[in-house]
Amino acid sequence: MSPAADVKTLVIDGHEVSARAGQTILEVAREHNIDIPTLCHLDGLSDVGACRLCVVEIKGVNKLLPACVTTVFEGMEVTTVTERLTKHRKTILELLFAERNHICSVCVSNGHCELQTLGQQQGVTHVGLPYRNPELPVDASHERFTLDHNRCILCTRCVRVCAEIEGAHVWDVMGRGIDSMIISDLNEPWGESSCTRCGKCVQVCPTGALFDKSKIGSDHPKYPDFLPYLKQMREAQ
Amino acid sequence: MTIEELDQIAESVHAENAKFDHEINVCMGTGCLSQHSDKLRDELTNVVAASGKKAFVRRTGCMGLCAAGPLVLVDPEETLYQHVNAAHAEAVVASLGGEPIAALQCNLREHFDQQVHVVLENSGHIDPEKIDDYIARDGYQALVKALTEMSPNEVIQQITESGLRGRGGGGYPTGLKWGTVAKASGDLKYVICNGDEGDPGAFMDRSVLESDPQRVLEGMCIAAYAVGASKGYVYVRAEYPLAVARLTNCLRDARRRGLLGNNICNTPFSFDVEIRLGAGAFVCGEETALIASIEGKRGTPKPRPPYPAVSGLWGKPTLINNVETFANIAPIIRKGGKWFACMGSERSKGTKVFALTGKITNTGLVEVPMGISLRQIIEGIGGGVPDGHTFKAVQTGGPSGGCLPTELLDIGVSYDALLKVGAMMGSGGMIVMDDTSCMVNVARFFIEFCMTESCGKCIPCRAGTAQMHTLLTRICAGHGTMADLDLLVDLCGTIKETSLCGLGQTAPNPVLSTLKYFKNEYIDHIVHKRCAAGVCNIEAPSAVEPPPTTTASLEVLA
Repeated sequence: MSPAADVKTLVIDGHEVSARAGQTILEVAREHNIDIPTLCHLDGLSDVGACRLCVVEIKGVNKLLPACVTTVFEGMEVTTVTERLTKHRKTILELLFAERNHICSVCVSNGHCELQTLGQQQGVTHVGLPYRNPELPVDASHERFTLDHNRCILCTRCVRVCAEIEGAHVWDVMGRGIDSMIISDLNEPWGESSCTRCGKCVQVCPTGALFDKSKIGSDHPKYPDFLPYLKQMREAQ
Repeated sequence: MTIEELDQIAESVHAENAKFDHEINVCMGTGCLSQHSDKLRDELTNVVAASGKKAFVRRTGCMGLCAAGPLVLVDPEETLYQHVNAAHAEAVVASLGGEPIAALQCNLREHFDQQVHVVLENSGHIDPEKIDDYIARDGYQALVKALTEMSPNEVIQQITESGLRGRGGGGYPTGLKWGTVAKASGDLKYVICNGDEGDPGAFMDRSVLESDPQRVLEGMCIAAYAVGASKGYVYVRAEYPLAVARLTNCLRDARRRGLLGNNICNTPFSFDVEIRLGAGAFVCGEETALIASIEGKRGTPKPRPPYPAVSGLWGKPTLINNVETFANIAPIIRKGGKWFACMGSERSKGTKVFALTGKITNTGLVEVPMGISLRQIIEGIGGGVPDGHTFKAVQTGGPSGGCLPTELLDIGVSYDALLKVGAMMGSGGMIVMDDTSCMVNVARFFIEFCMTESCGKCIPCRAGTAQMHTLLTRICAGHGTMADLDLLVDLCGTIKETSLCGLGQTAPNPVLSTLKYFKNEYIDHIVHKRCAAGVCNIEAPSAVEPPPTTTASLEVLA
């Protein structure tokens, strides 16, 4: 294939943009400063298309498709914000807020939480769904970090960063459906697991589910930006 | 193996059968076995030996009419006996050659006469554990024909011409799928048979695997030849032990006969098949989740594209079809695509096997041409609703399907017609409900199924089905409000449009279809606090103080 053929041109929200073949809609949109909300996606990790917040409308396609895993094609016309999409995004966020116990005022990530930020951005002022209020455990067995299942949204960023970047694969998911839980090793306490104590999972966690014990009661911003650099450096070697 | 050799085997089987005056076929499918048809067969064998009559007792697969099991079919008279047990063995053997036993005879002509058997043509007639029985009924003729007389392209052409569509539920044109996999580049390709039948009340695939496993295998071999695959997997539920046992046996026999393995029929084509057991997750019937499960991973679906036809099992091009789809292949190759296309409706060709269950007289397996009306299936073949009750709804397509009322009974069953009215073909489960069923409760049951079977990967399906279940439980208990109903409809929309895989995308169907056709029952529960069918346990209205819908404000966000 000639190099020229590798370039695709498409329209996102009325803007004509160009992209390399194989790029996802999300990559191209972000390169052109068009923001599409995401929770499970993180630059540097593989995509799973699980949070469904990045679904977009594509002209000629009946279904809504997730921007994070849908690759561009020539002449594609993408719309990232419509009334229908906003409604779905708000419902998905409401589903998350009602699923477990997301009480921002007493959360260590208050002010630095991606779920909270998205709620604000999308205008989720009320949750109309019944709160499920599950009683979930908090694993504080690790000497440095804590896992609070009540704040977990099962985005599996921790699972992926541990398996793909750290190479330890401590985290995984157990159970099914609404009973799914993040576990370390074979559902052992985190502190007794094969954890390498690198803390990458804490940095990529979008909410206050994984946090540094030393930050309790103080500001706890997270820095997931190390990932693309780390990946780039490794690939360069 | 050549056509001549197959004919020789067939001849020897026929010659062996000709030594007997009578054949006593005993159904040993799961349904009849659960009523001890194995003891019946042993007793019949003993009695026949003692009587000195020239009769042969054969174990067979499902005869279809499971409600009347254990079933015994006496050939060549074609006398069908129902509810036979070991105590009847003497009488059955004594009646051979004479008058049939009136008390045991099953005279359901209309049940059988309206059916057309393609997939089930051998079920109930051959011993599923004897490959020669299958060969004697034209088995493997299609494979040998395909390998020796047809190019892979010609095979795909025949399948395309037949108009066969995937029998697992989606209804994707089989020929098109095969063509895509055949064109995909790769030195290694796979063929997978999806036998992870999980719909409540569905047992078509189980019966086919139990009654005629060689047919499925032959279909897989032909598919492998057509797409250029060298390795196959049958993914079957561990809950189907008999199907697994018969399949294992079937693979071994096919290898011994040289119909599986290296250089099949002395051609360069090599193909082998392994069995993989499903651990009981409904979602593993979804093709990408099934592939993940075979790879040894957690059975969760992946976003498509890439479709398995391009990147499937271990990243290789993979053809994945349902059991019933593969079971249709051999007759199509044998008789031609045009023959198959003559049956059925305009856009849904051939026949479809349905598992008739619920409040219906003739519970069991039926195979009908596409396009036949629901009324013919339920009232004609199925014998209608028993015990003087009246028909209320029929649920097609399992938890992904919808409930259809009496007014829609005259629509013909086809992929498109069912989709149009809010149901779907699904894999072929058909649950009949009468006036003792509460449709709100039925919707709750199916949502509960989807909730517990959701893999938990994507949010709309994981949390959405759980929320729907909460709302429906509330309505069933008489605590629901009209606002809850609106919320339910909203949720249905989001779950349907944003879920990752088919499970979530179709999970709201039972709710949407019952809301469309039985909205009065929801209103009854919410406004009048009563359940007409008497299923839901609603307290007297005065004692109920309906709690307000939780509308908590997120102070921090506001």
